[in-house]
Amino acid sequence: MTFEDIFNQLSQKFPQGILGKEESKPDASIKVAPSAIHEVIQFLRDELQFETLHLVSGVDYPNLPALCVVYHPGSYTDKMIVSLKVYLPRTEQAKVASITDLYKAANWHERETYDMFGIQFENHPDHRRILCPEDWQGFPLRKDYVTPDYYNGMPVPLFFEDSAPSEGGTH
Amino acid sequence: MGPGDNVVMTTMDDVLNWGRSNSLWPLTFGLACCAIEMMATGAADYDLERFGCGVFRATPRQADLMIVAGTVTLKMASRIRMLYEQMPDPKWVISMGSCSNKGGPYWQEGYHVLKGVDRVIPVDIYVPGCPPRPETLIEAVMMLQKKIKVQEAALGPLGFMRKQA
Repeated sequence: MTFEDIFNQLSQKFPQGILGKEESKPDASIKVAPSAIHEVIQFLRDELQFETLHLVSGVDYPNLPALCVVYHPGSYTDKMIVSLKVYLPRTEQAKVASITDLYKAANWHERETYDMFGIQFENHPDHRRILCPEDWQGFPLRKDYVTPDYYNGMPVPLFFEDSAPSEGGTH
Repeated sequence: MGPGDNVVMTTMDDVLNWGRSNSLWPLTFGLACCAIEMMATGAADYDLERFGCGVFRATPRQADLMIVAGTVTLKMASRIRMLYEQMPDPKWVISMGSCSNKGGPYWQEGYHVLKGVDRVIPVDIYVPGCPPRPETLIEAVMMLQKKIKVQEAALGPLGFMRKQA
């Protein structure tokens, strides 16, 4: 089974849910509507032998503007990986359905995507930050993220730009 | 210590410092890739035990040397502070590697990295390198032993602060 076969099958099965193809390098990807991603991935898993989930990650496109969640389900039967992209509005309330009930592997990946991009996953069983401290402000991999000056009283930059080095000498 | 000081006191210093410097017990405390070099230093090839420094303890309550081996994240910084405070006096700190010295490769863009462990705990010896080779860590331990051997043992490592106060 090739990428084209999968794309055609998905397009026939979900005429509303599949928004098109993206000829991204190195592999083409399939654009999926946010409301349809859960059933599309369920179809891939149950009907097209995509037994495993390699990756859930995020991308921030400040120029579109959009937030994007990228899914990489994989198939050992067909020895292939397909990439699915879901574009969301670039707001604090960007939401998409969790697929943790389909693949257990999605649990931590979705938590990391939430931690770094602030994309919320509905019906996630444990929706918390995973890497940053729980009282961390902001989402670091968003392109407009500004590094805080202080965290819990600890200065974050090596030295502040508008002042002399904060402690002894240069770096 | 001067020529006019008490002879007995000086002898106590020598005896205590001799014992302390030759039985440093480090805390098992690896944070990143530097910990691999620290483990190599403790293992058979480099054998930190030759210097009386190989008894890596699993609890800060039994340790008197903290080797901060690796990147100190802001999330970890408060834990490091707590572990340091749990260690009994007298205690020493070796900052191992560029990351814990001054943020290392994360010095500019590392939003999550503490730029130097000396922002949360006092450091005795800084070891440069990314990561430092085991020989470098051994040299740091030997430098720390020299430092311990000349300090006023009865007052402890913080004695100089009490004298000023």
